[in-house]
Amino acid sequence: MQRREGLAKLTGRERYVDDLPLEGALWGMTVRSPAPRGRVSAVRFRPDVNWSEIVVVDYRDVPTANEILLIERDQPVLAAGYVRHVHEAVLLVAHPSREMARRAARAVDVVVAPEPPALDFRAPPRPEQIQFGRDNVLKRLQIAKGDVEQALARAPVVVEGVYETGAQEHVYLETQGMIAWLENDVLVVKGSMQCPYYVLNALQHALGRDERRVRVIQTPTGGGFGGKEEYPSTIALHAALLALKAGRPVKMVYDRPEDMASTTKRHPSLVRHRTALTTDGRLLAQDIEVVLDGGAYVTLSPVVLSRGIIHAAGPYACDNVRIVGRAMFTNAVPFGAFRGFGAPQTLFALERHMDVIARALGLDPVELRRRNLLRDGQSTATGQVIRDGTDRIAVLERALALSGYREKQHSHAAFNAAQRSQRRGIGLATFYHGAGFTGGGEVHLNSRLQVAGLPDGRVEVLSANIEMGQGTLTVFTQIVADRLGLAPEEVVIGEPDTARVPNSGPTVASRTTMVVGRLIERAADDLRHRVGLDDRARGAAVKDAIMRWHREHRGEPLLGEAVYERPPGIAWDEERYQGDAYAAFAWAAYVAEVEVDLRTCTTRVIDFVAVQEVGKVINPTLARGQVQGGVVQGLGWALMEECKVENGAMINNQLTNYIIPTSDDVPPIRVAFVENPYPHGAQGAKGLGELPIDGPAPAILNAVAAATGADPRAIPLTAERLMEIVERTH
Amino acid sequence: MTLSIGFTLNGKAVSMEADPAERLLDTLRYRLGLTGTKEGCGEGECGACTVYLDGLPVNSCLVPTYQVRGARVETIEALDPVQLGPFLEQGATQCGACTPGVVMTALWISAHPELLETHTVRELMAGNLCRCTGYDGIVDAVATTIGEVGEGGRGKGEA
Ligand code: FES
Ligand code: FES
Repeated sequence: MQRREGLAKLTGRERYVDDLPLEGALWGMTVRSPAPRGRVSAVRFRPDVNWSEIVVVDYRDVPTANEILLIERDQPVLAAGYVRHVHEAVLLVAHPSREMARRAARAVDVVVAPEPPALDFRAPPRPEQIQFGRDNVLKRLQIAKGDVEQALARAPVVVEGVYETGAQEHVYLETQGMIAWLENDVLVVKGSMQCPYYVLNALQHALGRDERRVRVIQTPTGGGFGGKEEYPSTIALHAALLALKAGRPVKMVYDRPEDMASTTKRHPSLVRHRTALTTDGRLLAQDIEVVLDGGAYVTLSPVVLSRGIIHAAGPYACDNVRIVGRAMFTNAVPFGAFRGFGAPQTLFALERHMDVIARALGLDPVELRRRNLLRDGQSTATGQVIRDGTDRIAVLERALALSGYREKQHSHAAFNAAQRSQRRGIGLATFYHGAGFTGGGEVHLNSRLQVAGLPDGRVEVLSANIEMGQGTLTVFTQIVADRLGLAPEEVVIGEPDTARVPNSGPTVASRTTMVVGRLIERAADDLRHRVGLDDRARGAAVKDAIMRWHREHRGEPLLGEAVYERPPGIAWDEERYQGDAYAAFAWAAYVAEVEVDLRTCTTRVIDFVAVQEVGKVINPTLARGQVQGGVVQGLGWALMEECKVENGAMINNQLTNYIIPTSDDVPPIRVAFVENPYPHGAQGAKGLGELPIDGPAPAILNAVAAATGADPRAIPLTAERLMEIVERTH
Repeated sequence: MTLSIGFTLNGKAVSMEADPAERLLDTLRYRLGLTGTKEGCGEGECGACTVYLDGLPVNSCLVPTYQVRGARVETIEALDPVQLGPFLEQGATQCGACTPGVVMTALWISAHPELLETHTVRELMAGNLCRCTGYDGIVDAVATTIGEVGEGGRGKGEA
């Protein structure tokens, strides 16, 4: 099936939040902290603005709790006399003219009495920098399996390595935006977001409104990638506060520089590996330390760290594993959810480290992985026994065959010998990604979903899961239509409006198709039962029964329902971090071929093959597009995307100097799927959205290492950075 | 101070007062209700705001409205959807925020196939940033529109 809203998007008819007409609305703008840490000693309103025309909101206008509700409640909606990061929101202003509102925001001086900020998450904080607990550690987590110390002491070979990754900006093409207004006594907030119920909960908490007096509606969302998981709660609260004070609708839409400077990014990381092996490359012990920069508030860092450490040991069998992780408080703009959620960082370190090991042992990188990849019956770092029947070696072999890996190794040797300054190389990464929430997360979410039968015989999916480009509308339509034997046009996907749809959970963690899709199937079955049909009834029989039901129950809603049920045989021990971390893993092997120009040290990816096993592929075009987009985003993170920071502020917060890949920077991304249907996902599907960003960075750097003989350990591997390394190597 | 101007927008005459600092992008979106043209960066980097000015694609975020006086402006709203089949089939749109700009540039390329004698589709599309698709869907759609198989015969992105 083709993308359902595709034509609306291609013709420009799709209406995003900034496209909605809004009578009598004010534009809202944010006044932000100029300093990374300190007491706000004064707020001055310069007289060049007519302040009687401007609506001004500060922390005293927050009705109930000046807290943005998430895992913790440490982040204020508006700074209350103290700031912890540059660009922290201090004041809000609104005016009917966008230009006037902008001028007003610029005419406010926030004066901060500076205090010593903590700006380097890698260095232990000095006493005067401590602002969280006793040591600025936001969260500590640990995984232990077997006896690492003993294995390290006895091993014939131990290889160590330190790996670093930088922050990454999402660059969803549609910036953050929200509108808010009062409808009688109901506060309506509408905008670009991944998680309507997160926004609803945050509004209820800070504004003291019960759910009948606040309503959240998602507008078509122009990309999210995790950047619209938690941040929309902040801008929604800001728009709501202005609207409540002004008594008029308020619209807030960030321009690109504001969005880049003040919203979340991918957590920077530092990962240390100490690995014990036999001389023929079998893993004996993995000792791993993961440190993340969390930024100035807790936000989602504990769960990003959790996913990060669980993925840190990779898809390999090893009896002795110790992974310790910590997320550090710093006075940086808080880092947040970004596609992959901690896993890309730790998998970059691991997969680069595997090649470092291979080089140390004089072993072929493919062989090293082949010897250690998990076989069914073996267990991951958390002791999760894998028995999904996927042939992980076959996934690897397929990637090698499609990429012409062996042939290219030979042709590169000849090419490199013949060329003066061009060097080619090929690199590999094998990895996995757990789908759905970690551990008991899906049980806690307790997602609910409804499929309604409409009086005209069509059916409507009522879900809080949203479309942001990844294909929810299309895939949900396919799942219902297939289940009930209906045509796609007979399926309606309801607008994610918290006044209408149940909480089917956030649109994150590669859970929408696998977990929510399965709820749709079950709710569709329930609908069939409610109209007196069994699971074999399809098509006209279903439509007729729905219409008959409505004739007999005029005016009543007809709703099939489903609530999340944990797949059988899954158990997780949150205390010990042991057990089944994810209901299912997707598996992959990616191969990158690069050409490096030794004069300029620029790296060009000239071929890329992505092979993965994600269960049954429900929509090949959409699935392929997810992989290609994820690979290119990963390529950007690996080679060019660098957040330059000065005194806690991003200084290249524009698309002119924060460089993301263009069509001319990337080769065609060749995608293949190995299919092994997963019995507990919709139509046999597993999660897919995040997997593709885990593999490109290590595969590309491994290729650069193969091409140049250099040994890069950090990304982004910009030309400047590679030049330093190459100069050191030669 | 405002300036009186007249221009042709999607085949119809328009006259209005424009502030010298006003961007064509804002005029289209906020004053004329043509919200198909998107803003991605506001500084000429992303191409989401692409419109045709006298038949040539330009970034409307960089064009002061008063400068289109007497000119012909065409936006995504004026395009014939019949041409868009390949874009749907190839998965050229995901979130859609870049899409109107991408379509404007892509259709301009397919109307000027002579450009492909000196440039690749990837080079010609490089002014339109897309964060979702990885560009294969877009490049393949353009290639299909101009009757080519795709780059190196494997533009479909299938290995
Ligand atoms: S908005 Fe005009 S080029 Fe980005
Ligand atoms: S489709 Fe989302 S940016 Fe291109």
